[in-house]
Amino acid sequence: MSDAILSVEDLTIRFGAVTAVDGVSLAVAPSERVALLGHNGAGKSTLFKTVLGFLTPTGGRIDVAGSTPGSDAARRAVSYLPEQVVFPKALTGAEVLTYFARLKGVSPEAALPLLDTVGIAAAAHRAVGTYSKGMRQRLGLAQALIGSPRLLLLDEPTSGLDPVSRREFYEVLEASARAGTAVLLSSHSLSEIENRIDRIAIMARGALRAEGSLAELSRRAGLPIRIRVEAAAGRADAVHARLGGERVNGRSVVLTCRADEKVGALGRLADLGADVVDVDIALPDLDDVYRHYSAATDEGAAR
Amino acid sequence: MNGLDRMAAVAATEFRLALRNRWVLLSTLVFTLFALALAFLGSGPSGALKADALTLTAASLSTLTVYLVPLMALLVSYDSIAGEIERGTLALVLATPVKRGELVLAKFCGHLAVLTLAIAVGYGIAGLVIAVVHGANPAGLVAWGRLVATAVLLGAVFVALGMLLSSLPRQTGTAAAMAIGAWLVLVVLYDLALLGAVIVDQGGVFTKTIFPALVLANPGDAFRLYNLALIESNAPIAGLDGLAHTLPFPVSSALVVLALWLFAGLAGAWALTRRIRP
Ligand SMILES: Nc1ncnc2c1ncn2[C@@H]1O[C@H](COP(=O)(O)OP(=O)(O)OP(=O)(O)O)[C@@H](O)[C@H]1O
Ligand SMILES: [Mg+2]
Repeated sequence: MSDAILSVEDLTIRFGAVTAVDGVSLAVAPSERVALLGHNGAGKSTLFKTVLGFLTPTGGRIDVAGSTPGSDAARRAVSYLPEQVVFPKALTGAEVLTYFARLKGVSPEAALPLLDTVGIAAAAHRAVGTYSKGMRQRLGLAQALIGSPRLLLLDEPTSGLDPVSRREFYEVLEASARAGTAVLLSSHSLSEIENRIDRIAIMARGALRAEGSLAELSRRAGLPIRIRVEAAAGRADAVHARLGGERVNGRSVVLTCRADEKVGALGRLADLGADVVDVDIALPDLDDVYRHYSAATDEGAAR
Repeated sequence: MNGLDRMAAVAATEFRLALRNRWVLLSTLVFTLFALALAFLGSGPSGALKADALTLTAASLSTLTVYLVPLMALLVSYDSIAGEIERGTLALVLATPVKRGELVLAKFCGHLAVLTLAIAVGYGIAGLVIAVVHGANPAGLVAWGRLVATAVLLGAVFVALGMLLSSLPRQTGTAAAMAIGAWLVLVVLYDLALLGAVIVDQGGVFTKTIFPALVLANPGDAFRLYNLALIESNAPIAGLDGLAHTLPFPVSSALVVLALWLFAGLAGAWALTRRIRP
């Protein structure tokens, strides 16, 4: 993809005997939000650090805004929020933001409104040492948003945030993505990023195991759908005889089917008329999908 | 232009942090108190010597400065790189367009500003008090001014060395231990070892040729020799300081030594930070 702001091709990074990143290819286009998922030690942070030019690839290549990682042009295009960062406790939020604005060559006046964007304007002139964890995380995001970067690299930006803060966090991301910023963030939870991310890449043991939209990933995982049918009083046996599946407690039958069989199954249900009182469809859980790709990993590693 | 603004931001932030965590206040107090104590306690000037109080105190203070200034300089700088690695801010800073050389130089300037302020104010207050109490003559004022200026230069050397040591480990604890070790070796053990060698040598070749060069090569000794050599005084000076009036080099070579140390320290710190993977 030539219009991608970040393109990673066949990237491999080794630390001695440890292969932290193993032949990963990935591209992120402007306005696109991509989530990088993976177990602890999957290689997410290592990938970020290589995109920033801190680590030299053992193999493969990276292109950031048409330049090599770590070059002047690349640094101007990229903003980063590390996994763990402790801002100087004695500085105020506004001072931290001013500092990074000046490092990035952005006027502090243009940067300070970001404190409002992330919702900590009221604490702007308080020492960072008095901030809650969520507030520090918000300050980190504000810092990353300085100067409307073309590529945002956020390493586990929502760890430790409450659900409300998380939602607000993704709203801010959405706004900057709409303005053209490409976002690559890492996370441990699929359910958290549902509907908030355009594309997902799942890494395991350094390698990219799956990539696509959440719907695509779910479909490709081919995990069964569970349809729970509640029969009218005394009709459970009849329903079970017609549909098959599994009898559970007095009145219910549970069917499992693949995604492409769902419509057919519902059609047969409709034929049962008054015998069916209620239907409940459970799509595969997002954590199931995530686990599916992790499980595929373990097989892959064993082979 | 951008580079200068980035460096100004880094240096100003270092200075602000030192103000906030009371470092500026603490180090200024330390310098003031030690200088005053030296002037008025123990072997203070007496009787006929009173007019020379500034000169005499400058001489004794130059000896104390050799211990005090390097210690304060190392304490202000040992954390500057390793601490940022540990707290994760270095990764953040190095992801911005700031260059590593700019970062090192700007941090150095910030730390040195703190130290310069502390030395100038501390020794300034002490000098003023001595001048008011004992009176002052031009020679005394010159000696005092020279002491303050070269103390800042000595401080610069050790701020640079502190930053060099700070770029080696990834933990501040290790950096602190290394800073204390460097202080012990350069300021205390080095002189002891040289004195020991001189005693063993008993006026032989070592004492006459190598020894003066080795003394001058040490930044603390170079500072002290420079100050003592330029102070016109018949006060007895002992030990290594005896060299001050018999040094087989021009006095200005001491300044060259300090400048070389400063340059080497900064260059070393820069080279080491270039290897850091934050
Ligand atoms: N500097 C290093 N030296 C040696 N091994 C390293 C280094 N950095 C990372 N690794 C190894 O590389 C692998 C990937 O680590 P990385 O930090 O990228 O994982 P991660 O996906 O970010 O994990 P987490 O979710 O826990 O943050 C791990 O096995 C780790 O031990
Ligand atoms: Mg990580």
